[in-house]
Amino acid sequence: MPGKLKAKIVAGRHLPVMDRASDLTDAFVEVKFGNTTFKTDVYPKSLNPQWNSEWFKFEVDDEDLQDEPLQITVLDHDTYSANDAIGKVYIDIDPLLCSEAATVISGWLPIYDTIHGIRGEINVLVKVDLFNDLNRFRQSSCGVKFFCTTSIPRCYRAIMVHGFVEELVVNEDPEYQWIDRIRTPRASNEARQRLIFLMSGELQRKIGLKVLEMGGNAVVGYLQCFDLEGESGLVVRAIGTACTLEKISSTLPATATHPSNSSPSKDMKEPGFGEEAPGVPLSSGPPTPLRAQTFSSFSPSKSYSRQSSSSDTELSLTPKTVGIFLFPSTPALESESSPLPSAHLPHHLWPGMASRSTTPPPLRLSQSDTAILRKSVSFSEELLLAASGMGSGGSAGKEGGPLKALLRQQTQSALEQRGVSSSSEAFVRTGEYPFFTLAAFPPGFLLHVGGVVSARSVKLLDRIHNPALGNTRSYKLLDWNSFTADEPETRDAWWEEIRQEIKSHAKALGCHAVVGYSESTSICEEVCILSASGTAAILSSRFMQDGPLDTEHRLSRQPLCVFSTGSERVEGDMGSSASLGFEEVVSPGCGFCHIPYDELNIPFPAQLTYCYCCRRYKVPDVLFTTIDLPTEANVTGKGCLIQARLCRTKKKAQGEGNATVISNLLPFLEYELHTQLMNKLKLRGMNALFGLRIQISVGETMLLGLASATGVYLTALPSPGGIQIAGKTPSDITYEQHISNMQKKINDTIAKNKELYEINPPEVVEEIIGSPIPEPRQRSRLFRSQSESSDEVSELDLSHGKKDAFVLEIDDTDAVEDIHALLTDSPTPAGFYSCNTEIMPGIQNWTSAIQMFTSVRVFRLNANLTNQGLNKIFSDLCENLLKSLYFKLRSMVPCCLCHLNFTVAIPEDELIQVAVTAVAMSFDKEQLLENGKQSGEKTLIKAITENDEQLQFNLELNAETSAPNPLSSPKGLSEVGSHPSARASSMEKASPLPEGRSRSLRSNRSYSGSSVAVVKMTPLSFIPGAKIIKYLGIINMFFIRETTSLREEGGVSGFLHTFIAEVFAMVRAHVAALGGNAVVSYSMKECVFMENPNKNQAQCLINVSGDAVMFVRESELESTSVQTQSATTHTSNGAEGT
Amino acid sequence: MSVELDVFVGNTTIMDKEVYQLWLNGYTVNDAVKVRIEGGVMEECEASAEVLLSDTMDQYRTFQMCERLLHHPAKLANQLLFQIPPDRQAMLIERYYAFDDSFVREVLGKKLSKGTKKDLDDVSTKTGITLKSCRRQFDNFKRVFKVVEELKGPLVENIRQHFLLPDQLARDYAAIVFFANNRFETGKKKLHYLTFQDFAFCAGQLINNWTLGAVDNIMEDMDVDLDKEFLQELKDLKILITDKDLLDQHKSLVCTALRGKTNVFNEMEANFKNLSRGLVNIAAKLINAKDVRDFFIDLVEKFIEPFSLCLLYMGVIKSCILRMYHD
Repeated sequence: MPGKLKAKIVAGRHLPVMDRASDLTDAFVEVKFGNTTFKTDVYPKSLNPQWNSEWFKFEVDDEDLQDEPLQITVLDHDTYSANDAIGKVYIDIDPLLCSEAATVISGWLPIYDTIHGIRGEINVLVKVDLFNDLNRFRQSSCGVKFFCTTSIPRCYRAIMVHGFVEELVVNEDPEYQWIDRIRTPRASNEARQRLIFLMSGELQRKIGLKVLEMGGNAVVGYLQCFDLEGESGLVVRAIGTACTLEKISSTLPATATHPSNSSPSKDMKEPGFGEEAPGVPLSSGPPTPLRAQTFSSFSPSKSYSRQSSSSDTELSLTPKTVGIFLFPSTPALESESSPLPSAHLPHHLWPGMASRSTTPPPLRLSQSDTAILRKSVSFSEELLLAASGMGSGGSAGKEGGPLKALLRQQTQSALEQRGVSSSSEAFVRTGEYPFFTLAAFPPGFLLHVGGVVSARSVKLLDRIHNPALGNTRSYKLLDWNSFTADEPETRDAWWEEIRQEIKSHAKALGCHAVVGYSESTSICEEVCILSASGTAAILSSRFMQDGPLDTEHRLSRQPLCVFSTGSERVEGDMGSSASLGFEEVVSPGCGFCHIPYDELNIPFPAQLTYCYCCRRYKVPDVLFTTIDLPTEANVTGKGCLIQARLCRTKKKAQGEGNATVISNLLPFLEYELHTQLMNKLKLRGMNALFGLRIQISVGETMLLGLASATGVYLTALPSPGGIQIAGKTPSDITYEQHISNMQKKINDTIAKNKELYEINPPEVVEEIIGSPIPEPRQRSRLFRSQSESSDEVSELDLSHGKKDAFVLEIDDTDAVEDIHALLTDSPTPAGFYSCNTEIMPGIQNWTSAIQMFTSVRVFRLNANLTNQGLNKIFSDLCENLLKSLYFKLRSMVPCCLCHLNFTVAIPEDELIQVAVTAVAMSFDKEQLLENGKQSGEKTLIKAITENDEQLQFNLELNAETSAPNPLSSPKGLSEVGSHPSARASSMEKASPLPEGRSRSLRSNRSYSGSSVAVVKMTPLSFIPGAKIIKYLGIINMFFIRETTSLREEGGVSGFLHTFIAEVFAMVRAHVAALGGNAVVSYSMKECVFMENPNKNQAQCLINVSGDAVMFVRESELESTSVQTQSATTHTSNGAEGT
Repeated sequence: MSVELDVFVGNTTIMDKEVYQLWLNGYTVNDAVKVRIEGGVMEECEASAEVLLSDTMDQYRTFQMCERLLHHPAKLANQLLFQIPPDRQAMLIERYYAFDDSFVREVLGKKLSKGTKKDLDDVSTKTGITLKSCRRQFDNFKRVFKVVEELKGPLVENIRQHFLLPDQLARDYAAIVFFANNRFETGKKKLHYLTFQDFAFCAGQLINNWTLGAVDNIMEDMDVDLDKEFLQELKDLKILITDKDLLDQHKSLVCTALRGKTNVFNEMEANFKNLSRGLVNIAAKLINAKDVRDFFIDLVEKFIEPFSLCLLYMGVIKSCILRMYHD
């Protein structure tokens, strides 16, 4: 019996009036975990009840602790009829299961009802006593840390990165069960919310198990998604990167002069690290006392024991030889699993799926039908790779080959060194895919980047048949391991297919790994598009021998520690010290641009030149990636958001036909998106894209494609040529004029953009002599019949060999449209920058002013629009949204919208929905050009005292401390709930104090005792000007809101506005209850909105996630300097607030 | 083709002061957009009318959502739905409870009842303040009145605490509540020349000196009602005009106190008896609720008018005499 969950219900406030007669409420609370329920007493006639209950204790398995949420229901007692539910609070207790996260959940949490929204708040206390579980066959994975952050979390260092973990679970969607016809919408919504909570918990536990098997203790870049497949069920799937992390001791040195987060580690930890690096499991050595008191899963021998038979002793030894970063399995595996077809992955390659699904599909489609249909979309290899955006041809064959050989050798030896260790078996299982969901890496980790690889496939959904779930009485998920659920494997197989494809693409690019990897789906009726994308890359395996390098780091006093997360701020050339890459000294600023593939065997037409930084290695002319810009990259000027938007009509079709139509459309969609991206990139005078995210959304009658990325000018890459257009009929004078006008416009725009983004690279004077590459012409042409990346005369013959092939036909509507699209992108207003990555190149001195926001727009189309019209509407929709954002945030200028994350959806036939979540961050203009850290720090510090930091923090404290005091509690209550009559009466009745005294009390209270702790939210992994001192656990929340009085709630906008605000409020409250003051890596992963205005109804589902953290201002670190890690929430909050 | 849904939600709630004021003033979204366009915000920020409309609608929605919190300002501070910095909260509350002097003059002293509310459209036409704004202001008065009506303790302080208002505004509300509670007549034509601030000052004086709270600071401090005992005792002042000795004594005391302090001293001295009688008569009648209501009108009719009439008369005579007098 490994865990005891304890909960105490303290009080409620702002409850709704449930009894119209008395305008009051007789509230009580049910606390439920698993199948056990406790109740508090009824607190009669109050909107601010003080239950102050006993501790309710649940004795449960740790497996349940991971799967189940604590469910708190607030009800109104009714003597004569059934008790009315006021609302519920679901508390995810996972953060309490990990010793390094939160220890207690305590605070005011909003009481949520799916019909009425937030209805008051409840103050609860939740704790967990966990006992060590020595059972090697246990199913729980308590203690594995989860992070949404797609880099190594600040205040941790990565001892080892194990690789890709994935899992999915399926269930029936309660909304589509027969029972839904007879139950209330509330009951249905609650069933759904609870089910998804359970499924997420289970998913996390299972991923945790995999991580433990691999020998890790954390998942970084955890990405969990829901597929609402309607009739066919509900899929919850997650991917992540398994790591072994070690907390950087954050005992802050009294003389913390450098605010960078790694400074303490530099002083405290690294010497030890240098010594102990060889013994990796022992790296849990230094903090052994700490570990010991945690969970068995951490103590090496126990945790690894699950892996397989003979492993225990070996495992504790093996990693010693391996060193820190290990990535052993991939190349070896690749050779093993090589006989995979590259692009075409017909379904029958996976016989397991078809044959295993023994139960006939309940849908009308016969087995064979589905099998045929479930073929992937077949892109031609060229097209796909062209879409992955690589440059054009070149040489440098010397390094490509040896490099690969070397890698292989190294990894081989790594494997050998590991010997027969059973962990290699683990790698066979899970290391099959050399994928990393991380998008940012410690300097030196990322050696070369090949380009974007992506794969999509169109599937037909049918019901996920699961006999075990026929019995749905409690939604208690059955243990998946206890029976063979074959249907999840169908979904598994689908993803397997895609991943294989990605892997083979990466291989074609000469890369052994895929970084910045993500997966997504788009579902419309019974058609589902599965997409995966990432960046092919070569990662360093040299880190195994760098004990001494670490020391070197320490000596050089670089604030960057290799395995800590790196700088809090972007510092252009910081990585220069991390020049420990390969045996050749590769400049860190350009090394990652050097081509990883064999130039004689380029899988696509590309133009290669010698690197403009080091002049030694080949680089492509354009680089597309899905990762963040490496901090050490050499960048000229600033970056900007670049979007390609596309809308294509599609015939309405059913089932099989529909899937075929979509499959046929997809390649064109991708190609056009790519063309648009490339043109827009050139128009801005830039040569690389980071954070590329292509989203394709299906509707009944159209397909939407939205590609977002951050364009930058990489100094290492050649300057992009311009864009040249030409008319088809050169004899015609009006054409000529028209064309030259357009040409002029384009040239002007390019010049303007270069100025705007401060792109003035050193003039390229000479090509290296003897270069086999022909001198690139300074301008490229816009043309449609050929891959955009090959823009050279020399490539002419590759296409049709005729000059006409380049000519842009002006009377071709598509072409006009293209140019139009190019030129209609309005520039960002003065003082604004935008990007969709974590950091904006060229901006360093952020102030502490940040503003996270979500904006949603739904646009109704008229019927019968042409492609062109649709495109324009869609593009305008996005542009206008951006413009609105700039206007809204004008008070923050100069500022940058970072991590602009657009999601598009087609909720109904004629609706387009665009949702954006981003953070606006102010920076200091004056300091813009200064690179000195000192000045940057000063401005940061100065800025800290500004505006939004001034909220007070003492509310919770006051409320809590006053509660147990019998004298003051009724008074405190009446203060908190500011209902006038309640207050007045309680004053009259209960105040034993003389009036004068009570008055003064009152006056103090109502001012100081009533503000709410500020919780910052940001989609980024850091908070400018602050240091994250603790990760408190993952926030993963799912809410449904429904209304049957849409008009009364302010229409669709009013409804959604309230709901989003409520979601924010609930996230903030839960973070505050965990003891945190910020959410980082926040994202809204799902926002499904459905309306039926005729019935005055609407429903919305929102899924958000992020990492709850506790941060302290760097200024405080410096001034108070004695703050230790043991700082409790309250003290840190208090310090913060004043 | 239309934007069906358009929302923006910030983690820190964004509120534009200018738009807030327009909302408070009861402008429709379209009118507000017009005003903003005229204000030149578009050129400043390179925005289009479309953007402005979207922003204005969004802000209006936010304000509407906040409104129920503003009805109980203390709630604004400890609600969780909107993250609003304290200085912003204070701004929201202060502006929400701000009122137009011209409006308050119309309802000052009236019963804050449904009937009065029904007549607000007349007030709106008369003052040029939108009906929406009138209603908000009226509801504010009524809300404050309801809350502090039964509360003990100093009126101004109660208002300040419950509604988190700045001091001056709390005083003004105290005046409004006081007037409404005692139903002082302020709408008569003769009183039209008086501003709200004139009345507010008087109310302050009355609250401080004539209410229960003013008399007994500890036990029964009710600031809203005039002290009945005190009013009862005022009757005894009649002696000041009935008793010749006392009248003379009173006169000499007043004259001593005022000599040299007012330029109408002579006129005052000359008419002291009449003036004093006027005042004492008003005072003596205050025990009747009806006469309390007419307090201000009585002051004007029985004291200020005769006196100013006298001043006017004296002034004319004086100038005439000066003119007629030839050396």
